[in-house]
Amino acid sequence: MNLHEYQGKELFARFGLPVLPGQVATAADEARDIAASIGGTVVIKAQVQVGGRGKAGGVKLAHSPDEAFEKARDILALTIKGQPVRTVLVTQAADIARELYLSIVLDRSRKLPLIMLSAEGGVDIEEVARVAPGKILRRSIPLSGLRPYQARALFQPLLRDGRQVAQAAEILLKLHRVFTEGDCSLAEINPLAITPEGRVLALDAKVILDDNAEFRHREWATWRDPDEETPGQRLAREKGLSYVRLEGDIGCIVNGAGLAMATMDLIKHYGGEPANFLDIGGSSNPEKVTAALRIITGDSRSAPAGGVPGPSSRVRAILFNIFGGITRCDDVANGIVQSLRTSPLAVPLVIRLTGTNEDLARKILSDHGLSATTSMDEGVRTVIAKAQEVAA
Amino acid sequence: MSILVDKSTRLAVQGITGRDGSFHTEQMLAYGTRVVAGVTPGKGGEKVHGVPVFDSVAEAVAVTRANTSVIYVPAPFATDAVFEAADAGIGVIVCITEGVPVRDTLAACHHVAALRERAAANGAPNPGRPRLIGPNCPGLISPGLSKVGILPGHICKSGPVGVVSRSGTLTYEVVHQLTRAGLGQSTCLGIGGDPVIGTHFIDALAMFEADPQTEAMVLIGEIGGSDEEDAAQFIRKHLRKPVVAFIAGQTAPPGQRMGHAGAIISGGSGTAAEKMAAFEAAGVPVARIPSEISALIGEVLERRRVRLKRVSSQPSTKRLTRGTPPAGARKRATKPRGRAVRTRAAKPAPRGAAAGTRARARRSR
Repeated sequence: MNLHEYQGKELFARFGLPVLPGQVATAADEARDIAASIGGTVVIKAQVQVGGRGKAGGVKLAHSPDEAFEKARDILALTIKGQPVRTVLVTQAADIARELYLSIVLDRSRKLPLIMLSAEGGVDIEEVARVAPGKILRRSIPLSGLRPYQARALFQPLLRDGRQVAQAAEILLKLHRVFTEGDCSLAEINPLAITPEGRVLALDAKVILDDNAEFRHREWATWRDPDEETPGQRLAREKGLSYVRLEGDIGCIVNGAGLAMATMDLIKHYGGEPANFLDIGGSSNPEKVTAALRIITGDSRSAPAGGVPGPSSRVRAILFNIFGGITRCDDVANGIVQSLRTSPLAVPLVIRLTGTNEDLARKILSDHGLSATTSMDEGVRTVIAKAQEVAA
Repeated sequence: MSILVDKSTRLAVQGITGRDGSFHTEQMLAYGTRVVAGVTPGKGGEKVHGVPVFDSVAEAVAVTRANTSVIYVPAPFATDAVFEAADAGIGVIVCITEGVPVRDTLAACHHVAALRERAAANGAPNPGRPRLIGPNCPGLISPGLSKVGILPGHICKSGPVGVVSRSGTLTYEVVHQLTRAGLGQSTCLGIGGDPVIGTHFIDALAMFEADPQTEAMVLIGEIGGSDEEDAAQFIRKHLRKPVVAFIAGQTAPPGQRMGHAGAIISGGSGTAAEKMAAFEAAGVPVARIPSEISALIGEVLERRRVRLKRVSSQPSTKRLTRGTPPAGARKRATKPRGRAVRTRAAKPAPRGAAAGTRARARRSR
């Protein structure tokens, strides 16, 4: 789960990191009230999880509560890289003398947390990494943890002032606690700002949480942003399906993540465009099959009133690709038959299944006027042809 | 032969009284795996499919001499199960459980690695133990010998191909195709789809290189991380048996997790294109689609057999030795490979020769 900046700052504050006071608003007059209570100059920041929001006009200074109202109104009307701005963070403004970059990420191959530090803060760090990788300092945090002297040593070459070094080192130690105790896969401060008076502050927060650790963090449920999910994504999460929407017109329902990716690739290979990634997992109960079909055809019955329209009215044909190992093909066939009985499909369906109880599955399907292929290549080619017929 | 599991495998099932543990115990017994013990704290004394259940792994090991364990324990408790197995002296620990927090897996990996190093320093008879496989993996199977995990046994057959993969059902798909093409397997190993795992591609490749039964390998990778790039380097430097690679997720968008916790392109790196390029640069044929894999394996096996015959008929050149040879031997051994490839490239290309194969031939010139 990716956190919004304001949520990341909440997490930072809990671990004692220096963040400036602020609150979120979903309407311009709320922003005015918050600005008035903070006093002085404030920054209004769009809470969207895309990079480059500053350049897109999503971050503005306001010198008075009335100006905060205007700026918040403008920002709340924006859509940044396809994401409508629904929330803004109104926070105290800071004078900035210098900006650094500081983050902790998981180093998958060394199996240790990795500190990334750069004197070039406030900019797109991926760009720095690409253009001038030498400007990013990388240090693994050993299993035994991070010692204060090690944290100080990292900052000494960058910040000569001893008091600034001490503050920055303290921030790094706390950020490490956020990373480990908070079960993060990324904890980033960009910029880590130095004020003209020499205070060191976390002016932004980007946090990615390890979804697998949700069972020991009750508070995470309150951070989930329902507005960030389409009805399809929500249904997928509730039913325990992995679903990613893509832009093509061929829906695919597959058991297993690797096979699902390979199926998308094969659709592309034979000249089609996949509409989604969808893994129905090892289980093959009819309910999951029905949910999967509903997600792909964009049936938004489970969506709240006024919800985003279903994701995929563009889908022209659907492929089931099932390799029955532990999953039994006859279970999936039953699921398909039951699902079609309750909600018939408006688009052609191509079924590929092979493996455990394949013959039984074929019989169930043929009793209901359906057929299935055994070859993945053939299934993919057929579904592409069907989609083209529909398009024509 | 095979790697990691065979007829000497004596398996303990951790979480045997649960739904998955019980179901797969039955499947493994039916396949012929020697399941000697089950472990569920508090349920010692019971039996599941005739297998005695113990309260702890240590007890199970003491009574049954179990040397391998498989874990079907829910995610919040799976890491404890790994620690328990390692501390009880289990050599191969296979964690099937999906959804284990990365922080927990980190701790388990470091603990198992520390025990392994200590054992090696003390001159343990079987180096490389204990070893963790997974988490979030389908386990492994040495066809006809032993199956540990959830892979369907009936799609495999014994033979010369070692298969290692980050995936589950995609592995079944590939193994099924290999079997139908008459290409049996030495061992099929799923290393897991999580960002942090106990056994990596390079560990598996090194074991297959040292295994006398294995003559060629299939590596099935996917987007995310840099294990495939590490493997490509490793193959170029240390392997003389041929490898064929396939990477899933060529059409995956960046920043989105594709089912597996580890399958995510982050910060623009970990793409399928990068991984495929790394393999091609290392001279490894890359299948564009799964159905190309069997043909590529057929080709590399054929070429290897021709080469071995040629090498053995030349008394001046030292015959390829099994296992990791000293640096000098490796240098000599690589020469005939280049010659063999050139000879083949001079002939008309066989039908269906894939781009990856051609890339390999180019590099050799």
